[in-house]
Amino acid sequence: MEQTTPHILPADWRDFFALTKPRVMTLVIFTGICGLLAAPGSIHPVIGFTTILCIAMGAGGSAALNQWWEADIDSGMKRTANRPLPAQRMRKNDARDFGILLSASSVVILGLAVGWLAASILAAAIVYYAVIYTIWLKPRTPQNIVIGGGAGAFPPMIGWVAVTGEVTAMPILLFAIIFMWTPPHFWALALFVKLDYANVGIPMMPVVKGERSTRRQILIYTVLLAPVAIAPWAIGGTGYIYGVAALALSIAFFALSLPVAFRQSVEQDSMQPEKRLFGFSILYLFALFAALVVDRVAAGQGWI
Amino acid sequence: MDLRNMAMTPEEEVEFRKRQRSRNWVVGGVLLFFAVLFYAITIVRIGE
Repeated sequence: MEQTTPHILPADWRDFFALTKPRVMTLVIFTGICGLLAAPGSIHPVIGFTTILCIAMGAGGSAALNQWWEADIDSGMKRTANRPLPAQRMRKNDARDFGILLSASSVVILGLAVGWLAASILAAAIVYYAVIYTIWLKPRTPQNIVIGGGAGAFPPMIGWVAVTGEVTAMPILLFAIIFMWTPPHFWALALFVKLDYANVGIPMMPVVKGERSTRRQILIYTVLLAPVAIAPWAIGGTGYIYGVAALALSIAFFALSLPVAFRQSVEQDSMQPEKRLFGFSILYLFALFAALVVDRVAAGQGWI
Repeated sequence: MDLRNMAMTPEEEVEFRKRQRSRNWVVGGVLLFFAVLFYAITIVRIGE
Protein backbone atom coordinates (compact mmCIF):
# COMPACT_ATOMS: atom_id res chain seq x y z
CA MET A 1 0.00 0.00 0.00
CA GLU A 2 1.75 3.08 -1.25
CA GLN A 3 -0.94 5.62 -0.45
CA THR A 4 -0.56 7.32 2.89
CA THR A 5 -3.65 7.53 5.05
CA PRO A 6 -3.27 10.51 7.33
CA HIS A 7 -6.22 9.51 9.54
CA ILE A 8 -4.43 6.50 10.94
CA LEU A 9 -1.66 8.51 12.51
CA PRO A 10 -2.46 10.07 15.85
CA ALA A 11 -3.00 13.78 15.29
CA ASP A 12 -0.12 16.08 16.13
CA TRP A 13 -0.75 17.91 19.42
CA ARG A 14 -0.19 21.19 17.59
CA ASP A 15 -3.33 20.49 15.61
CA PHE A 16 -5.32 20.23 18.83
CA PHE A 17 -3.84 23.56 19.82
CA ALA A 18 -4.78 25.04 16.43
CA LEU A 19 -8.33 23.82 17.01
CA THR A 20 -8.69 26.30 19.87
CA LYS A 21 -8.19 29.26 17.46
CA PRO A 22 -5.26 30.78 19.39
CA ARG A 23 -5.42 34.08 17.50
CA VAL A 24 -9.04 34.74 18.38
CA MET A 25 -8.16 33.74 21.92
CA THR A 26 -5.68 36.59 22.36
CA LEU A 27 -8.57 39.06 22.19
CA VAL A 28 -10.67 36.88 24.51
CA ILE A 29 -7.86 36.66 27.07
CA PHE A 30 -7.10 40.37 26.80
CA THR A 31 -10.71 41.51 27.34
CA GLY A 32 -11.12 38.94 30.12
CA ILE A 33 -8.05 40.27 31.94
CA CYS A 34 -9.32 43.83 31.49
CA GLY A 35 -12.69 42.95 33.02
CA LEU A 36 -10.86 41.33 35.91
CA LEU A 37 -8.53 44.30 36.49
CA ALA A 38 -11.16 47.01 36.00
CA ALA A 39 -13.62 45.53 38.49
CA PRO A 40 -13.79 47.12 41.94
CA GLY A 41 -12.35 44.94 44.68
CA SER A 42 -9.42 42.57 44.65
CA ILE A 43 -8.80 38.98 43.65
CA HIS A 44 -5.93 36.70 44.61
CA PRO A 45 -3.49 36.34 41.69
CA VAL A 46 -3.88 32.55 41.65
CA ILE A 47 -7.67 32.85 41.48
CA GLY A 48 -7.40 35.60 38.86
CA PHE A 49 -5.09 33.42 36.78
CA THR A 50 -7.49 30.49 37.09
CA THR A 51 -10.36 32.71 35.92
CA ILE A 52 -8.49 33.75 32.78
CA LEU A 53 -7.35 30.18 32.15
CA CYS A 54 -10.96 28.94 32.38
CA ILE A 55 -12.22 31.68 30.05
CA ALA A 56 -9.49 30.70 27.57
CA MET A 57 -10.31 26.98 27.92
CA GLY A 58 -14.01 27.67 27.41
CA ALA A 59 -13.26 29.76 24.32
CA GLY A 60 -10.91 27.06 23.00
CA GLY A 61 -13.45 24.32 23.65
CA SER A 62 -16.23 26.13 21.85
CA ALA A 63 -13.87 26.96 18.97
CA ALA A 64 -13.10 23.24 18.65
CA LEU A 65 -16.82 22.39 18.66
CA ASN A 66 -17.41 25.11 16.08
CA GLN A 67 -14.82 23.56 13.76
CA TRP A 68 -16.14 20.08 14.36
CA TRP A 69 -19.58 21.24 13.21
CA GLU A 70 -18.31 23.35 10.30
CA ALA A 71 -15.62 20.99 8.93
CA ASP A 72 -17.41 20.64 5.58
CA ILE A 73 -17.97 24.38 5.24
CA ASP A 74 -14.36 25.13 6.17
CA SER A 75 -13.04 22.79 3.49
CA GLY A 76 -14.76 24.96 0.86
CA MET A 77 -13.09 28.23 1.81
CA LYS A 78 -9.50 29.22 1.05
CA ARG A 79 -9.10 30.96 4.42
CA THR A 80 -10.11 27.88 6.42
CA ALA A 81 -9.28 24.90 4.18
CA ASN A 82 -6.01 24.25 5.99
CA ARG A 83 -7.56 23.89 9.45
CA PRO A 84 -6.87 20.49 11.05
CA LEU A 85 -10.27 18.95 10.18
CA PRO A 86 -10.76 20.05 6.54
CA ALA A 87 -7.10 19.18 5.87
CA GLN A 88 -7.82 15.73 7.36
CA ARG A 89 -5.01 15.83 9.88
CA MET A 90 -7.38 14.80 12.64
CA ARG A 91 -10.40 12.56 13.17
CA LYS A 92 -13.67 14.46 13.42
CA ASN A 93 -14.82 12.79 16.62
CA ASP A 94 -11.50 13.58 18.30
CA ALA A 95 -12.16 17.28 17.71
CA ARG A 96 -15.67 16.93 19.15
CA ASP A 97 -14.48 15.09 22.26
CA PHE A 98 -11.62 17.54 22.76
CA GLY A 99 -14.08 20.44 22.55
CA ILE A 100 -16.50 18.89 25.04
CA LEU A 101 -13.68 18.03 27.46
CA LEU A 102 -12.24 21.56 27.36
CA SER A 103 -15.65 23.23 27.70
CA ALA A 104 -16.91 21.04 30.54
CA SER A 105 -13.70 21.20 32.56
CA SER A 106 -13.45 24.98 32.16
CA VAL A 107 -16.91 25.45 33.70
CA VAL A 108 -16.33 22.99 36.56
CA ILE A 109 -12.90 24.42 37.45
CA LEU A 110 -14.20 28.01 37.35
CA GLY A 111 -17.15 27.04 39.54
CA LEU A 112 -15.03 25.27 42.14
CA ALA A 113 -12.13 27.73 42.23
CA VAL A 114 -13.89 31.06 41.71
CA GLY A 115 -17.66 30.95 41.94
CA TRP A 116 -20.74 29.47 40.34
CA LEU A 117 -22.17 32.78 39.07
CA ALA A 118 -19.08 33.36 36.89
CA ALA A 119 -19.14 29.67 35.93
CA SER A 120 -22.80 29.87 34.85
CA ILE A 121 -22.05 32.85 32.63
CA LEU A 122 -19.13 30.91 31.10
CA ALA A 123 -21.41 27.90 30.51
CA ALA A 124 -23.99 30.17 28.90
CA ALA A 125 -21.29 31.69 26.65
CA ILE A 126 -20.12 28.25 25.49
CA VAL A 127 -23.64 26.99 24.74
CA TYR A 128 -24.46 30.29 23.07
CA TYR A 129 -21.46 30.05 20.72
CA ALA A 130 -21.32 26.32 20.02
CA VAL A 131 -25.05 25.60 19.81
CA ILE A 132 -27.21 28.71 19.36
CA TYR A 133 -24.78 30.48 17.04
CA THR A 134 -22.81 27.76 15.20
CA ILE A 135 -25.46 25.08 14.82
CA TRP A 136 -28.67 27.07 14.78
CA LEU A 137 -28.44 30.68 13.61
CA LYS A 138 -25.20 31.11 11.62
CA PRO A 139 -26.46 29.08 8.63
CA ARG A 140 -29.90 30.73 8.79
CA THR A 141 -29.66 34.50 9.06
CA PRO A 142 -27.49 37.25 7.58
CA GLN A 143 -27.55 38.86 11.04
CA ASN A 144 -25.42 35.87 12.16
CA ILE A 145 -22.46 38.11 12.95
CA VAL A 146 -24.54 40.26 15.29
CA ILE A 147 -25.54 37.10 17.15
CA GLY A 148 -22.05 35.59 17.08
CA GLY A 149 -20.66 38.82 18.51
CA GLY A 150 -22.61 38.05 21.66
CA ALA A 151 -20.35 35.07 22.33
CA GLY A 152 -17.19 37.16 22.12
CA ALA A 153 -18.77 39.71 24.45
CA PHE A 154 -18.86 37.43 27.49
CA PRO A 155 -15.15 37.33 28.59
CA PRO A 156 -14.88 40.80 30.22
CA MET A 157 -18.20 40.19 31.95
CA ILE A 158 -16.94 36.87 33.37
CA GLY A 159 -13.69 38.51 34.50
CA TRP A 160 -15.62 41.29 36.24
CA VAL A 161 -18.12 38.96 37.93
CA ALA A 162 -15.25 36.71 39.14
CA VAL A 163 -14.07 39.67 41.23
CA THR A 164 -17.35 41.20 42.39
CA GLY A 165 -19.60 38.13 42.53
CA GLU A 166 -22.55 40.10 41.14
CA VAL A 167 -23.89 41.32 37.80
CA THR A 168 -24.15 45.11 37.77
CA ALA A 169 -24.46 47.79 35.06
CA MET A 170 -20.72 47.88 34.32
CA PRO A 171 -20.19 44.23 33.27
CA ILE A 172 -23.35 44.48 31.16
CA LEU A 173 -21.97 47.61 29.45
CA LEU A 174 -18.67 45.84 28.74
CA PHE A 175 -20.73 43.07 27.15
CA ALA A 176 -22.71 45.60 25.11
CA ILE A 177 -19.54 47.30 23.82
CA ILE A 178 -18.15 44.12 22.24
CA PHE A 179 -21.63 43.15 21.06
CA MET A 180 -22.02 46.41 19.08
CA TRP A 181 -18.39 46.41 17.96
CA THR A 182 -18.44 42.98 16.29
CA PRO A 183 -20.71 43.74 13.30
CA PRO A 184 -18.71 46.66 11.85
CA HIS A 185 -15.48 44.79 12.67
CA PHE A 186 -16.52 41.61 10.91
CA TRP A 187 -18.52 43.05 8.03
CA ALA A 188 -15.52 45.17 7.05
CA LEU A 189 -13.63 41.88 6.74
CA ALA A 190 -16.56 40.18 5.00
CA LEU A 191 -16.59 42.92 2.36
CA PHE A 192 -13.13 41.95 1.15
CA VAL A 193 -13.47 38.17 1.53
CA LYS A 194 -17.11 37.84 0.47
CA LEU A 195 -16.57 35.46 -2.45
CA ASP A 196 -15.40 32.75 -0.09
CA TYR A 197 -18.58 32.76 1.97
CA ALA A 198 -20.78 32.84 -1.11
CA ASN A 199 -19.38 29.49 -2.27
CA VAL A 200 -20.23 27.56 0.89
CA GLY A 201 -23.76 28.84 1.46
CA ILE A 202 -23.25 30.80 4.68
CA PRO A 203 -25.61 33.80 4.47
CA MET A 204 -23.03 36.53 5.09
CA MET A 205 -24.51 40.02 4.91
CA PRO A 206 -22.64 41.21 1.76
CA VAL A 207 -23.74 38.06 -0.10
CA VAL A 208 -27.41 38.13 0.91
CA LYS A 209 -28.31 41.80 1.24
CA GLY A 210 -25.65 43.19 -1.06
CA GLU A 211 -22.81 45.56 -0.53
CA ARG A 212 -24.83 48.74 -0.12
CA SER A 213 -26.93 47.39 2.71
CA THR A 214 -23.83 45.98 4.44
CA ARG A 215 -22.02 49.29 4.18
CA ARG A 216 -25.00 51.16 5.57
CA GLN A 217 -25.29 48.73 8.48
CA ILE A 218 -21.58 49.09 9.28
CA LEU A 219 -22.26 52.80 9.75
CA ILE A 220 -25.41 52.19 11.82
CA TYR A 221 -23.63 49.86 14.26
CA THR A 222 -20.64 52.20 14.50
CA VAL A 223 -22.98 55.05 15.45
CA LEU A 224 -24.82 52.85 17.96
CA LEU A 225 -21.51 51.72 19.45
CA ALA A 226 -20.43 55.25 20.41
CA PRO A 227 -22.96 55.93 23.21
CA VAL A 228 -22.46 52.40 24.57
CA ALA A 229 -18.67 52.91 24.65
CA ILE A 230 -19.03 56.27 26.40
CA ALA A 231 -21.72 55.07 28.83
CA PRO A 232 -19.37 53.61 31.52
CA TRP A 233 -17.96 57.11 31.98
CA ALA A 234 -21.35 58.82 31.65
CA ILE A 235 -22.89 56.75 34.46
CA GLY A 236 -19.89 57.44 36.68
CA GLY A 237 -18.42 53.94 36.46
CA THR A 238 -15.05 55.24 35.30
CA GLY A 239 -12.95 58.40 35.44
CA TYR A 240 -12.17 60.87 32.67
CA ILE A 241 -9.18 58.89 31.33
CA TYR A 242 -11.56 56.26 30.02
CA GLY A 243 -14.09 58.93 29.03
CA VAL A 244 -11.65 60.87 26.85
CA ALA A 245 -10.25 57.68 25.30
CA ALA A 246 -13.76 56.37 24.52
CA LEU A 247 -14.73 59.69 22.96
CA ALA A 248 -11.60 59.93 20.80
CA LEU A 249 -11.76 56.28 19.69
CA SER A 250 -15.47 56.58 18.85
CA ILE A 251 -14.87 59.65 16.69
CA ALA A 252 -11.99 57.92 14.86
CA PHE A 253 -14.03 54.75 14.32
CA PHE A 254 -16.91 56.84 12.97
CA ALA A 255 -14.59 58.82 10.68
CA LEU A 256 -13.11 55.62 9.21
CA SER A 257 -16.53 54.04 8.70
CA LEU A 258 -17.84 57.00 6.68
CA PRO A 259 -15.80 56.32 3.50
CA VAL A 260 -16.71 52.63 3.81
CA ALA A 261 -20.41 53.46 4.16
CA PHE A 262 -20.68 55.75 1.15
CA ARG A 263 -18.66 54.06 -1.55
CA GLN A 264 -19.24 51.20 -3.88
CA SER A 265 -16.51 48.76 -4.85
CA VAL A 266 -15.45 48.55 -8.48
CA GLU A 267 -13.76 45.81 -10.51
CA GLN A 268 -10.31 44.95 -9.12
CA ASP A 269 -10.98 47.17 -6.11
CA SER A 270 -8.12 47.21 -3.61
CA MET A 271 -10.67 47.74 -0.79
CA GLN A 272 -8.32 50.04 1.11
CA PRO A 273 -10.98 51.83 3.25
CA GLU A 274 -12.46 48.48 4.32
CA LYS A 275 -9.06 47.05 5.24
CA ARG A 276 -8.23 50.23 7.14
CA LEU A 277 -11.51 50.08 9.06
CA PHE A 278 -10.97 46.41 9.90
CA GLY A 279 -7.43 47.07 11.13
CA PHE A 280 -8.54 50.02 13.20
CA SER A 281 -11.44 48.10 14.74
CA ILE A 282 -8.96 45.72 16.38
CA LEU A 283 -6.87 48.60 17.68
CA TYR A 284 -10.08 50.28 18.89
CA LEU A 285 -11.06 47.40 21.15
CA PHE A 286 -7.57 46.89 22.57
CA ALA A 287 -7.18 50.62 23.27
CA LEU A 288 -10.65 51.01 24.79
CA PHE A 289 -10.18 48.15 27.25
CA ALA A 290 -6.62 49.21 28.04
CA ALA A 291 -7.98 52.69 28.85
CA LEU A 292 -10.51 51.10 31.19
CA VAL A 293 -7.73 49.40 33.14
CA VAL A 294 -5.46 52.47 33.16
CA ASP A 295 -8.39 54.54 34.43
CA ARG A 296 -9.08 52.07 37.22
CA VAL A 297 -5.41 51.83 38.26
CA ALA A 298 -5.09 55.63 38.22
CA ALA A 299 -8.18 55.96 40.41
CA GLY A 300 -6.87 53.28 42.76
CA GLN A 301 -3.54 55.07 43.11
CA GLY A 302 -5.28 58.38 43.74
CA TRP A 303 -3.84 60.04 40.59
CA ILE A 304 -7.24 61.25 39.39
CA MET B 1 -8.29 1.73 15.63
CA ASP B 2 -7.65 -1.76 14.30
CA LEU B 3 -3.94 -2.37 14.68
CA ARG B 4 -3.91 -5.70 12.81
CA ASN B 5 -4.83 -4.09 9.50
CA MET B 6 -2.38 -1.28 9.82
CA ALA B 7 0.38 -2.01 7.42
CA MET B 8 2.76 0.83 8.19
CA THR B 9 5.87 1.53 6.23
CA PRO B 10 9.02 2.01 8.35
CA GLU B 11 8.76 5.77 7.79
CA GLU B 12 5.16 5.78 8.97
CA GLU B 13 6.15 3.71 11.98
CA VAL B 14 8.80 6.28 12.90
CA GLU B 15 6.32 9.15 12.48
CA PHE B 16 3.71 7.23 14.51
CA ARG B 17 6.11 6.77 17.43
CA LYS B 18 7.30 10.35 17.19
CA ARG B 19 3.78 11.74 17.43
CA GLN B 20 2.84 9.37 20.20
CA ARG B 21 5.87 10.43 22.18
CA SER B 22 5.32 14.17 21.73
CA ARG B 23 1.64 13.78 22.65
CA ASN B 24 2.57 11.90 25.80
CA TRP B 25 4.92 14.69 26.82
CA VAL B 26 2.26 17.33 26.25
CA VAL B 27 -0.43 15.39 28.16
CA GLY B 28 2.03 14.75 31.00
CA GLY B 29 2.92 18.43 31.15
CA VAL B 30 -0.72 19.49 31.18
CA LEU B 31 -1.55 17.05 33.99
CA LEU B 32 1.42 18.24 36.04
CA PHE B 33 0.38 21.85 35.48
CA PHE B 34 -3.16 21.16 36.71
CA ALA B 35 -1.89 19.25 39.75
CA VAL B 36 0.18 22.30 40.74
CA LEU B 37 -2.68 24.70 39.95
CA PHE B 38 -5.22 22.73 42.02
CA TYR B 39 -2.78 22.63 44.91
CA ALA B 40 -2.32 26.41 44.70
CA ILE B 41 -6.08 27.03 44.47
CA THR B 42 -6.67 24.84 47.52
CA ILE B 43 -4.06 26.67 49.60
CA VAL B 44 -5.48 30.06 48.60
CA ARG B 45 -9.10 29.11 49.29
CA ILE B 46 -8.23 27.55 52.67
CA GLY B 47 -6.51 30.78 53.68
CA GLU B 48 -9.62 32.88 52.97
